[in-house]
Amino acid sequence: MKIGIPKEIHPGEMRVATTPEAAAQIIKMGFSVSIESGAGLGANISDEAYREAGVEIVPDTKTLWKQSDIVMKVRAPERNLKLAIEETDLLSPGACLISFIWPAQNEALMQKLAAKHVTVLAMDSVPRMSRAQKMDALSSMANIAGYRAIVEAAQHFGRFFTGQITAAGKIPPAKVLVIGAGVAGLAAIGAAKGMGAIVRSFDTRPEVKEQIESMDAEFLMLDFKEEGAGTGGYAKTMSKEFIEAEMALFAEQAKEVDIIVTTALIPGKPAPKLITKAMVESMKPGSVIVDLAAEQGGNCELTEKDQVVVKHDVTLIGYTNLPSRLANQSSQLYATNLRHLLTELCPEKNGVINVNMDDEVIRGTTVIKEGNITWPPPAPKLSAAPAPQTEAPAYPSVLEQQQKKSIIHPAIRQFLPIIIGGLILFGIGAVAPESFMTHFTVFVLACFVGYQVIWNVSHSLHTPLMSVTNAISSIIVIGALVQISTPHSTVTILAGVAILLASINIVGGFLVTRRMLEMFRK
Amino acid sequence: MSHSLVTMSYIVAAILFILSLSGLSNQETARKGNYYGMLGMAIAIIATILSGSVDSTSAVQFTIFGTTLSGAATVYGVLIAALLIGGSIGATAALKVEMTQMPELVAIMHSLVGMAAVLVGYANFMDSSITINGAEKTIHELEIYIGILIGAVTFSGSVIAFGKLSEKISGKPMLLPGRHWFNLGLLIAVIVLGAVFLQQVESGGNAIIPLAIMTVIALVFGVHMVMAIGGADMPVVISMLNSYSGWAAAATGFMLSNDLLIVTGALVGSSGAILSYIMCRAMNRHFLSVIAGGFGTASGGQAAAIEGEVQPIDAEEAAQLLQAAKNIMIIPGYGMAVAQAQHTVYEITKLLRDKGKKVRFGIHPVAGRMPGHMNVLLAEAKVPYDIVFEMDEINDDFTNVDVSIVIGANDIVNPSALNDPNSPIAGMPVLECWKGETTIVLKRSMASGYAGVGNPLFVLENTRMLFGDANASMQAVLKALKG
Repeated sequence: MKIGIPKEIHPGEMRVATTPEAAAQIIKMGFSVSIESGAGLGANISDEAYREAGVEIVPDTKTLWKQSDIVMKVRAPERNLKLAIEETDLLSPGACLISFIWPAQNEALMQKLAAKHVTVLAMDSVPRMSRAQKMDALSSMANIAGYRAIVEAAQHFGRFFTGQITAAGKIPPAKVLVIGAGVAGLAAIGAAKGMGAIVRSFDTRPEVKEQIESMDAEFLMLDFKEEGAGTGGYAKTMSKEFIEAEMALFAEQAKEVDIIVTTALIPGKPAPKLITKAMVESMKPGSVIVDLAAEQGGNCELTEKDQVVVKHDVTLIGYTNLPSRLANQSSQLYATNLRHLLTELCPEKNGVINVNMDDEVIRGTTVIKEGNITWPPPAPKLSAAPAPQTEAPAYPSVLEQQQKKSIIHPAIRQFLPIIIGGLILFGIGAVAPESFMTHFTVFVLACFVGYQVIWNVSHSLHTPLMSVTNAISSIIVIGALVQISTPHSTVTILAGVAILLASINIVGGFLVTRRMLEMFRK
Repeated sequence: MSHSLVTMSYIVAAILFILSLSGLSNQETARKGNYYGMLGMAIAIIATILSGSVDSTSAVQFTIFGTTLSGAATVYGVLIAALLIGGSIGATAALKVEMTQMPELVAIMHSLVGMAAVLVGYANFMDSSITINGAEKTIHELEIYIGILIGAVTFSGSVIAFGKLSEKISGKPMLLPGRHWFNLGLLIAVIVLGAVFLQQVESGGNAIIPLAIMTVIALVFGVHMVMAIGGADMPVVISMLNSYSGWAAAATGFMLSNDLLIVTGALVGSSGAILSYIMCRAMNRHFLSVIAGGFGTASGGQAAAIEGEVQPIDAEEAAQLLQAAKNIMIIPGYGMAVAQAQHTVYEITKLLRDKGKKVRFGIHPVAGRMPGHMNVLLAEAKVPYDIVFEMDEINDDFTNVDVSIVIGANDIVNPSALNDPNSPIAGMPVLECWKGETTIVLKRSMASGYAGVGNPLFVLENTRMLFGDANASMQAVLKALKG
């Protein structure tokens, strides 16, 4: 099947849906790949590089769309102003489109695509499952956006991130607050931390506390109990009381921090307003707010989409194309996500895709199948977050069972071995002759010595211990030796065989022990 | 050699044996300890040969098919021939054996001690030159009876253990219906036969018949006991048989009134018993329930089914994970032994350590098929023992570990041991590798471990599966790390 990669036409969009490396691997799967001339320029990839990877370069946009069975894009189709035509109309009937779609926000687009009888796979609808992680373009893009958010903030922030004490005076470190510790938030935390700032973070989902702390940032605790994780590991809308408590926390933090990065998004809903005008006003002059939710309306009331504005002496960054600002790498990651998706779609590597609706990942990603809208998919079976583990009850319940079984009183049970042992010793002492008792003394003492000595043996030397005890237990050869010279010939034979067997053991046991111990070197 | 001198030699030998065992308390003194053991054994044997009890002048008489061959060989000739033949067989075996086959070797050697004990017991029983009477005689006969009993159980049990370990016999527990009653029946039969045997000896009747029947029963018991025990419990079985071989020697010592045998037997016996105890504790099982055999007899409920999907990766991705990690833990299991992967594992370890990464090994006490099995394999690959740690030493440290590599281990890293009370391995302490950042599990396929228990670790979000033969996978990872 022919895969076509058109040039992105959205203003400011620099990414491209495949790279030469990814294309080479897609070609190996049996597909043929064409790309619109100049599609990779924004990401610093020349047509030449594609050609070397075996990709056909098509100069004309319309031809490319027409000839392709599968079109792979970054942005959802929109109106091509230069050609004065809708990209949707360029799709040949029965073709397959793979790109970001945002079906919840773009109902008109969905209807249009359905009318074209095409199959559409939305990269934003890849289910959040472990198996689908390698195709999760949202995560890979969010990671870049988070990193870039800090870079943008640094650009507009007129001070150091890291603290310094110099001869000319002390520079305090910048304080960064990251709201929402998803992939983007964590990437922002990492980047800010790496530049030396003091980083705090807040998230409604308590289970991310560990992740935040693992990045060496401080988790802002809200003294309020409510489970913030919705299905699929995303956040959900919280109760009114919770939001009030949360807002109070932000208001307090706003006075203190220099940079706020907001990444709070709830799937399919406008971004929650977390930073009010009053909070912006309370911030120190020169502070920066980076609003990663600008596309969905922004977490800050004053954010302007795609703009950098200064209001109340605070710089508000509302870029929605942060991944495009690292176009080469975000193209690479996105191309890899697409490649993994193609691998899933084409398990036989024969260059033909099979949109298998029984596969949970493909089912979730497919939003239109041959003209029928299949979005939203049925609820995912598995949450990405593991169910809370109930570790505590395991031990007690096992113990309880055991205790129930025992009929004897625990106190008696405890002394039972001692009582039995005492009775046995008494019994032996009562009937045994004296000669036996002297041997028995030796035996009991030797058991005791053995007990004391063996507990000190290092665990790692248990195998040599077994082979050496095995060797010395062949001391039984002495028993055979003292019997070999009896006149009885059967006895001699038995003793002889016993000597033979025991001597195998003596030599074998000691030598193999030696061999093993020789290996234990520091 | 005078009697006192022989006794003195025995005392020296006993002390040397004790020193030999106490030398094993750490790696530096262990080698010296082994030489003490050899010296003790040599002193004991030479003293016995030179003592009056081995009569060098008496000719050996063989009666075969009614013909008496005599005078051709002296006792010393037979003795030295037996020692030489046995010694050379032992030496060959010891030098040829692969380190991965140590459990089999140890098992088969236990069986030899058991057999020797049986033979010495019979020889002693038939030896008419001993003249004692009354209670002492009864005790003596009882000692013979017990000595043969333990010897025979050790022998057949060890042979079966050898078969299971070398995979000549299936490792699955063979559970006969009503096996506990069968065992009880055998025990009662042994006691009854013991009474018959003593009665026959008293009355001068044919006592060898009950003795022979008892031997057969003991052999059957040994076979049945080990057959019922699953492969995962093998470390317990091996150390238990080790213990039995010691008790067999001690029983022989009582029979022959020989204190050296008693002391040595008791040392070995208690050593094996302690090892069995350590192994049982490491699996959170009762000694009796291991011996009674079979898994899953203790818990009533159905163990939770494992749901979810595994995330397979290839060697290159595994290598990337390792490149990115700072703190790496390697958890070897029986699969490493089977695939002989220990050398490759160490190559990787060296490479990673050269790159400044912290690499450690975490050893579960029951990893492998005998106590300390993994340590020996790692030592063979020249892994320095100061980066090899016990479970208890490192289990709290997993939160700091970036990547854990589980090589052919399953039950010892099974989280359901801790959080599923219905799991057959519930309560067994395990290496909690899932608390680290990422776990890479090397496995041949998705089959469950020896215990037949599903492992939820494999479907955890931070677990990656690297399928294939452990050695081949490790080779590929090594190549990727170098390239």
